[in-house]
Formats: sequence, structure tokens, C-alpha cells
Amino acid sequence: MAEWINTIVQGVLLGGLYALFAAGLSISFGVMRMINIAHGDMIILASYAAIVGASYLKLPMLFTVVLVVLVLSALGYGAQRLVFNRTLGGDLLRPLLLTFGLSIVIRESLQAVFSADVRSVDVGPIATATWNLGAQINIGVLPLVVMLVGLASIAALQWLFARSRMGRSFRATSDDADTASLMGVDRKHIYALAMVFASAMVALAGVFLVMRTTVSPTDGPARLIYAFEAVIIGGLGSLWGTVAGGVVLGVAQAIGSRLDPGWGILAGHLAFLAILWVRPQGLFPTTRER
Amino acid sequence: MKPHPPARIAAAIGVLAIVAVASMPWWAERSSIHLAVEILATLALAQMWNLLAGYGGLLSVGQQGFVGLGAYALVVFGLQMGLNAFLVIPLAGLVGALAAALVAPLVFRLGGAHFAIGTWVVAEVFRLVVANLPFVSGGSGVSVAKTVMGMSAATRTSLTLWWALALGAGATLAVYLLLRSRWGLALVAVRDSERASRSLGIRVGRIKWAVWVAAAAGCAMTGALLFITKLRVAPDPAFSIDWTTTMFFIVVIGGIGTLEGPIIGTIVYFLLRQWLADLGSVYLITLGVITMLIMLFFERGLWGLWLRWVRWELFPVRRRLGPPRT
Amino acid sequence: MSLLEVHALAAGYGDFQALYGIDLALDAGEVLAVIGANGAGKTTLLRTLAGALSLRSGGIRFDGAPIGGLPAHRVCAAGIALVPEGRRLFPSLSVEENLLMGAYARRPGPWNLLAVFGLFPILREFRRRPATELSGGQQQMVALGRALMSNPRLLLCDELSLGLAPVVVRDIYRALPSVCEHGVSVIIVEQDISQALRVAQRVVCMREGRVVLEGLPGRLGREQIAQAYFGTLEEEAH
Repeated sequence: MAEWINTIVQGVLLGGLYALFAAGLSISFGVMRMINIAHGDMIILASYAAIVGASYLKLPMLFTVVLVVLVLSALGYGAQRLVFNRTLGGDLLRPLLLTFGLSIVIRESLQAVFSADVRSVDVGPIATATWNLGAQINIGVLPLVVMLVGLASIAALQWLFARSRMGRSFRATSDDADTASLMGVDRKHIYALAMVFASAMVALAGVFLVMRTTVSPTDGPARLIYAFEAVIIGGLGSLWGTVAGGVVLGVAQAIGSRLDPGWGILAGHLAFLAILWVRPQGLFPTTRER
Repeated sequence: MKPHPPARIAAAIGVLAIVAVASMPWWAERSSIHLAVEILATLALAQMWNLLAGYGGLLSVGQQGFVGLGAYALVVFGLQMGLNAFLVIPLAGLVGALAAALVAPLVFRLGGAHFAIGTWVVAEVFRLVVANLPFVSGGSGVSVAKTVMGMSAATRTSLTLWWALALGAGATLAVYLLLRSRWGLALVAVRDSERASRSLGIRVGRIKWAVWVAAAAGCAMTGALLFITKLRVAPDPAFSIDWTTTMFFIVVIGGIGTLEGPIIGTIVYFLLRQWLADLGSVYLITLGVITMLIMLFFERGLWGLWLRWVRWELFPVRRRLGPPRT
Repeated sequence: MSLLEVHALAAGYGDFQALYGIDLALDAGEVLAVIGANGAGKTTLLRTLAGALSLRSGGIRFDGAPIGGLPAHRVCAAGIALVPEGRRLFPSLSVEENLLMGAYARRPGPWNLLAVFGLFPILREFRRRPATELSGGQQQMVALGRALMSNPRLLLCDELSLGLAPVVVRDIYRALPSVCEHGVSVIIVEQDISQALRVAQRVVCMREGRVVLEGLPGRLGREQIAQAYFGTLEEEAH
């Protein structure tokens, strides 16, 4: 019994990581209607940036995290402003093909620089520490920290979207970019700003991923898929929905793994397909009819 | 509609080329034939991807799922049931079509951008299921050499080449004929504007479904053929995203949404591979950067560039309004 | 010097040309009505002035400065606000948030939330409701309030009466004088000719992308307007 509870707890905490994966995707789709196929590879890029910072440059961990977030946010602004914005507003295929090309470039570049070995980042004893809740129920401390950071970031983002002037402009632009520009909203700048937040989440996701586990340059596509599945399960347009989606996915994977190690990831995919079949709008959709 | 001179010259050259390639077993070296097979198979895959994305408006990042299914059809029908490998190819097409039909209700719930990743998930599901099924010797892979035993090397080579020709030239011809037909007109209409097409009574869903299933069949057949030449089937190579990456490079560089594009793209792809393959990752990075630049600045690809200068169409599929017949 | 000077303005959508050489001038504090049948180019004119549509040729001078090629968000910052045809409120935002979006450009001036609620008291009751849940007339008030929040020097109103009952339309137009008393110029596009003639100081009639009649409401006869609006039979024969 305790084993099953532990499994579910692990799944929930894994969901926290998946929510971080998904948040960036949710933002860029919500505001720009853009699916960035390079999203997963950007997470891995962040992971490697953390590796460079912590393992090569021997910077303190917290400093590395902040640095990676800043660097990726800046890269995100630049990429959106200079590259992605050129393909938006026309047909759907262009941004998808562009980001598909980008994902290949990132993946192969990482492979060229770091080769195909798996790497991780040493965060010291916290990596394996567990917190015993009694009755043989253990919670990994690092996964718990990741979950809490994930929840806190999403809460902050939610506040930003709901209460701030910038958040209002994100929502207005998402509703009707044309009319928003009539109010003085510079669409290109707003898209780039949204990408800053998406990139910050990508950075956090990448950093925490490489703390929790090992990464290799080709891990990008799998992260994109998990992020995507979390967003669809949770429902488009809702950041908290994305958290729920991540948790459902994490728990499905954890239960699947327990039944048979080879079936873990497949169980996640099947859960996604099941929700897509039974409730295609997701668990908590909030996208309004335009 | 009479094709104008460049198209007729191209058609003549095409026929000559097909005859020349078909006769290769009598005059060409084994390694050349092998390359020809690879080129033709790649062309077939590219035409399928172009049909989906360029004409159907369906961006699929999951066609590798059907390539892999084709490879495993070889394992099941060829290895385990003892059928001749070359007879398995059309069967693989059926398997691909069936699988596509089965997942269609799921993936078509997803719109545009989401559809792309949804197809990727489906391909991953195929891979994971197959990898975990012991009866196809899942994880570690299996040799399919037995499926081509019992025929001479020469026969094997010839049959492989002719099948490759059938698939490569056949795919091109099939898409050409489709586009010249009523359904082709509907397809282009749907690509240009779904809403307008629906209002005209075009069964948009039906058309997309048909394109999806046909492309899956094409990819599966090509998959079976390709793995006959590789002699060994394992889940990771069979379902590798590299298949789609290659299709993507070729179609984008050549010119998406045209028939000539995949042909040009295939030629360019293999030339670049010849020159740059030694550079390993740099080769792929270069291809990736080229496709990004094309998407940013020149969406219509190399063939589109050419068309800007010369208003030729080697495969006349554009419809012109002529003067009214009195 | 006029507040707004439009010279030989041409604009269109893709292959289709909608405006052919429009000349227009507007002084500060003036109310100009633009009337014409559907497809005459009235909305195109407003959208081009607001920067939502790029002009093909010609020039627009606002307060002496050329604004012809500027994108919409810069035109808004310069002091031109558009109440779009069909309202175009933001469905994900509440009434209050829609109004606050109007103030995004942060231009100084007398219009703020309090002032807009003063003009349209009913909106205060619904401030937290999603904007698209309100009735047509109330939505039009939100749209107008939203445009005012940017403290424009020139207000462009596209078909305020669209889809609204005459009583409601009169309510909305009753608000116009308080807009003007702060020195704001207004261009209104209207299908409802009598309403337009009632509030405007000058009238312009468009047909097929051109200005075909211009004058003071009192001076123009019904016959004249009808001819300009629909075109005469002789003209149609050409």
C-alpha cells in the first residue's frame, strides 16, 4: 500500500517538473498562437547552460540558476523579435517549419559541442535526500522543491496575467491583436515580452531537469511531447490547468513504470490519448469563444 | 489542357530516366544501384510529406511512425509468416493505411499546430508498443535477411530497384494525377481556405482523411522496402525522427507545395550529403540553418526561386481560365 | 492650420483598391460625418487614418506631422483613437479591463475610469463582468469609453449605431457633446443618415472609394444626398 502511495507522490512531484516544462509552451501558444517545436530543445539547452555554469565554471548553484534564467530570457526576446515574429500572422506552417529547423540546429549543435554522453549537475546531498512522513512514505526533497518552485512561478505568472497592465495587454493581444494595436500595443514587443516569460520558465525547467536527472543532447523532443501533453490534458488557456495536466501525466507515468519499467512513458501517452478521446478540450479549459 | 513545351520535354526526359534506371541491373554497379534505391525511396517519402503538408495543409511530424510500421510489417509477414519480402511491400501499405485510419479520429481532434505534435505522440506510441512486444523481438531488433533468402543476389537487387522505382516515380505520378483530378482541385481549395471550401460543399474532413491515409500507406511501403535493404529491423532506427527530418529538409529546400520541389530537394539533399557528410553534426546544422533561412526569407524554396524567373511548370497542375468556348 | 489633413489618399486590400485619392481636412473641435452605402470605403478610410491599414499613396498630416506610414500603435500614441466597426471588445477581459486597455498608451488628459463611468453610469454596475456579456448598446458604450481612455485629439467612430435600437443609438450620441467640449475632433461614419446630420457640423458622402459630396448639413438637400449616395442613372450607364 505504502508503495503505491509513494508511487503516486512521485508522480505528483514529477508533475511539478512537467508543469514547468509546459508553462512556457502555454504562454507562447496563449499569446502568440505559436507552437515552438524547438521548445524541448531549448529546455535541454538550458540544462547544458546550467552544466557549463555549475560544472565547468564552478559557479554557485543559485547564481547559475539566476544566470541561466537571465541568459535564456534575453535569448528568447531576441529570437522572438528578430526571428519568430517574421513568420507570425500568416499561414500556420511557417512558424512550425521554422521552429522545427531550429530544433534540429539546437540539437545538433549541442551534440557537436558536448557529444552524446549523458550529463548531470551535482547539487550535493539534496539530490538524494528524502523526507520521511512516517508509515514508510518518503518524499524526495529535490522533487518537492521543484514542485514548490513550479507552483510559485505559475502563481506569479497567473498574477501577472490577471492583474498587471502587461498581463492585460497579453490577454488583449491574444484575443484580438489587431484591435490591441489600435490601443497602442506594439505587437512585436508584446510577443517578445511574452517569450521572455516563456523562456524564463524554460530556463527553470531545464535547470531543475538536470538537477533531478541526467540529460543528453537528443532529449529535447521527449520534453516537448511531455510539455505538449500536459497542456492538452490540462486544457488550453489555463496555467493552473497546465499544472493539473502535468500532474495527471506524471502520475500516469509513475503508475505505468511501477507496473512495468518499459511501459512508464507509454502509459503517459495513453493517458494523453484517452483524455484527447474523451474530453478533447482538456480538464480545465478556459479559452473563450471569440 | 495541353502541357507547354518545357513540360513535354520534362516528360520525355522523365520517361527516358525511368527506362535508364530500370535497366540499371544490366549496366550499373551494385553500389550505384544501392544509391539509386536510396534516392528513389527518399523521393517517395518526400512526395508523401509534401502531399500532407504542402497540399493537405497537414504538418505531420510523425510519419516515421508509418515508416516503422512498414518495417515491422516486414518482420511479421516476411520473417514470421514466411512471405516473400517483395510481396510484403504492398501489404505494408495496407498496414500503414489501417493504422492511419485507426488513429485519424484521435489526431484530427487537434488543430493546426497541435496536430503536428499529436502525430509525433502517435509515432512514439507505435515505437514504444512495438519495442515492448516480445513477439516481434522488440527492444534489440531482429534480422530480416531470411525474407530475401532463396533468390539470387541479382534477382534481389533488381526487384529492390524496380520496387524503389515504382515507389519513387509512382508517388510522384500519383500525386500529379491526383492534383489534376477533381479531388486535387478540392485539395488545393482546402489548403487555401478551409472555410470557403466548406461553404462550397467540399467535404474537408473526408479529403484530409484520405490524404492522411494515403501518405501513411506510401510511407509504410517505403519503410518496408528500405528495411529490406538494411536487413535488420530495430525499433529505434525504424521509428527514428530522422525519417521526418529528412523529408522536411528535402521538401522545404526544394519548395513546399509543388511537385518539382521534392525532386529538386532530393537531388540537393544527396549532393550535400556527398560533399558535407564528413563534417558530421555540422552537415545537419547547415541543413537546419538553410531551412530556417528559407522559411524566413524565401518560403517557396529552390523551385519557387526558379519559378520567379521562369514561368515553367514541369508538372502542369495549375488550372487556367481559358476564353469561353463559343 | 487644420488638425487633420488628408491628401490624395489611396488604400486597399490585396488586389482590391478601396480608396481612390481622398482629400479631407478637419479642424480642432469639429465633428465630421462620413456617409455612404456599404462598400463605399468608409471603414477603410477610418482604418487607414488609424494606421490599421497601410496606405498605398497620398499623405496624412496630423497636427502638422506626417503620420502616413506609421503603425497603428504609434498613431494611437499620437492621439487618434478608433472605435472599430462591430465594437471589437476583448472577450477575455472584463468591462473595466477593456476600458483600462484603452489607457494603455498612457496619454495625459481628462478621460479616466471615473470620467467614463460618469459619462456612462450603467457601466460602473457591470465593471467586473466579461465585456461581451453586456447588451449591444452597453458594449457600444464600453467601446466608446475605451477609445476615450486614450485621451485622443481625434476620435474616429465607425458605425456606432450598428445593430442597435434607435432609442439606444440616441442615448449613445447624447454623450458626444461632452466628448467635444474637451476639444476633441470627431469623425463619425454612419449608415443612419438622419442621426449623422443631426450631430455633425460638416458632412462628406463617399461612393466607391471617392468623395462625391461635401457640405453643411443644413445646406444639403435630401435629393442631393440621395443622388450622391446612390449615384444617378446617367452615371451608372458609363
